[in-house]
Amino acid sequence: MKVSLFITCLVDQFYPSVGVSAVRLLRRYGCDVDFPARQTCCGQPAFNSGYVAQARDVARNQLEAFEDSDYVVSPSGSCTGMVHHYYHDLFAGDPVLLARAERLVAKTFELSQFLVDVLKITDVGARCPQTATFHPSCHGSRLLGVREQPLELLRNVKDLTLIPLPKSQDCCGFGGTFAVKMSDISGSMVQEKVDNVASVGVDYLVSTDMGCIMNIAGQMRRRGMKTEPIHLAEFLWRFSS
Amino acid sequence: MAHSTTKSKFIDRAAIAQGDDFLVNAVKFTTDRLRNRKSDSSTAFGNWEEWRERGRAIRAHTIAHLDYYLDQFAQNAASRGAYVHFANDTAEAQKIVLEIARKNKAKVVAKSKSMVSEEVHINHVLEDEGLECLETDLGEWIVQLAHETPSHIIIPAIHKTRGQIQVLFEKEGGEKLTDDTKTLAGFARRALRRKFELADIGMTGCNFGIAQTGSVVTFSNEGNARMVTTLPKTHIVMMGMERVIPNWDDLEVMTNLLPRSATGQKITVYVSALSGPRREDEIDGPEETHIIILDNGRSEQLGDPEFQDVLNCIRCGACLNVCPVYRQVGGHSYGSVYPGPIGAVITPLLQQDKKQWGELAYASTLCGACFEACPVKIPLHDMLVHLRRRYVEQNYTPLPEKLAFKGYAAAFSNAGAYKVAMKTGRWMQLKVLGNAVPESEMAKVTPVHGWTKYRTLPENGGKSFRDIWSSIAAEEVESPRTNETDGSENDFGA
Repeated sequence: MKVSLFITCLVDQFYPSVGVSAVRLLRRYGCDVDFPARQTCCGQPAFNSGYVAQARDVARNQLEAFEDSDYVVSPSGSCTGMVHHYYHDLFAGDPVLLARAERLVAKTFELSQFLVDVLKITDVGARCPQTATFHPSCHGSRLLGVREQPLELLRNVKDLTLIPLPKSQDCCGFGGTFAVKMSDISGSMVQEKVDNVASVGVDYLVSTDMGCIMNIAGQMRRRGMKTEPIHLAEFLWRFSS
Repeated sequence: MAHSTTKSKFIDRAAIAQGDDFLVNAVKFTTDRLRNRKSDSSTAFGNWEEWRERGRAIRAHTIAHLDYYLDQFAQNAASRGAYVHFANDTAEAQKIVLEIARKNKAKVVAKSKSMVSEEVHINHVLEDEGLECLETDLGEWIVQLAHETPSHIIIPAIHKTRGQIQVLFEKEGGEKLTDDTKTLAGFARRALRRKFELADIGMTGCNFGIAQTGSVVTFSNEGNARMVTTLPKTHIVMMGMERVIPNWDDLEVMTNLLPRSATGQKITVYVSALSGPRREDEIDGPEETHIIILDNGRSEQLGDPEFQDVLNCIRCGACLNVCPVYRQVGGHSYGSVYPGPIGAVITPLLQQDKKQWGELAYASTLCGACFEACPVKIPLHDMLVHLRRRYVEQNYTPLPEKLAFKGYAAAFSNAGAYKVAMKTGRWMQLKVLGNAVPESEMAKVTPVHGWTKYRTLPENGGKSFRDIWSSIAAEEVESPRTNETDGSENDFGA
């Protein structure tokens, strides 16, 4: 099975190890993984700020980057959600681009979604005799509808104690430019999220989006917390290799 | 606070709210309670997603044929003896109310909760005319005594603590009270009862207008709406033009959705259906009923594919209770009559000054909790994005932001330019801003401060994924495993 990795700009620039883990996991299950070097970003930063024309320029580059791919898999519910939820609207004015966008939508998956729904892998053979909690990304869970897949993968990690995160469904306060534009409100939100993480006192905070993790981890690191914030791909790879 | 805050910015009003611990704690306490109750009651009810879809379908159908149902509603209400008035805007609605008050030589108006009456600032208009305006909903009365406006569409005084309410009541009644619910509610009951009898006019909102019979249906918990609609000689209903539904079967669906979504109740204590004024053989009810149907920008949304659905709203407030932004800043931060996600959408749509109110669309992380909570499935998160697009198209965004996104489009629509821009960015972070845990002095004076004030920057290893891809691509492939086959032999990275 040929799979193209849609790395996302955030993972590409700041969290390459998440991409590495995703590639290793996919290859382990027989995927022939390539990395189309043309790719940059899904366009979400501009789109969510109202700069739709600019978002379209960037998204168009993505259409080209993944034109020849069979499957496109991304370690982000948010970026995958952008493609699934908004690319149709974004290219609605151009029937040729719209057809290409629809092809991209149909073959694009978030990593845990791809593992569980396409590869039918729910147990990666990981073992971790520690504690973890899970933060569902808003875009992954609500925009894309990927709710159960990451939890199913975590439940099958042997010896792992999965503790529910209080108010897990509340946004961490990232929201892209929101974090800078309305920084004090975003700051209060991330503080409340980290208060909730601290209240369960776990070894790992797992999530499927580095946007959320960058935000939550930034506040956790400020507090000097021992809990390690980690992307699901990295967690699954680390404890199964 | 009524309409004096309108020239300030959301972010400044929010900063004031965030500095008020009482307010933030009160808002968090009550919204938590409301959303937990909603979750429990909708789960217990069962098939919630199907009920939501039914609710959405009814509302969408009604709004798509609003001219027809509104006309039917008005004709049927008139045939039952109600006077039906159409008001295009705030000024017209105010004029109609004043004329009714003058004709009846009214001195006291007793009101039950009505957001539309807030929208047209009716209290101020009546008070300027020398009338006494008495809010009889407990929450509304509290904010009236505090000379404030509601900060939540269902729980007007959500931002007040019991202690603060005790102080307000003691001042009003000149008696010593305690801060327990029973004492405070008891005081309100005694004080308000005396005043119902004085009212010449009773004013209510309308949760649903039933087109089939021209009836006005209200949902309430305190019984004040019944007092207001039966004791005074004249009853004025203020309703938004979108408030109608076709028939009584549709009301059943709404009766299942509204109280559960608003407060988690299976049903409110009172559901009243009023069909015109008192008839000859009836012993109570008003002699005159006036129904004022307000447009005020609503009809502009009809036919707009992006925003028509916002008229489906049944004003339950569920989106406020789950909104992580509302939770931190409360309702007054929005500066508008309608706060929270629904307020952030309808305020820029209904208000004329799009530049001033358009900023509310940015008071969201686009997390989608509002859509998920909405009993009629309004895609508020998508609408917020559409509003932002319009704000950009109107050229209202600041120049540095415009330039930043122009730069983004140039750098990110081409992998070569992207590589250079990102490499420079990572270098800047490492060399200029630093990778340290405490915020660097340099970061404090750059736009990055908004981030670094609360968080460290992402750990930057100096290399991107694409820089290391060729070595990852050359790695040997592992064979798959599961816990059933060989998990026990793993090295656990101890």
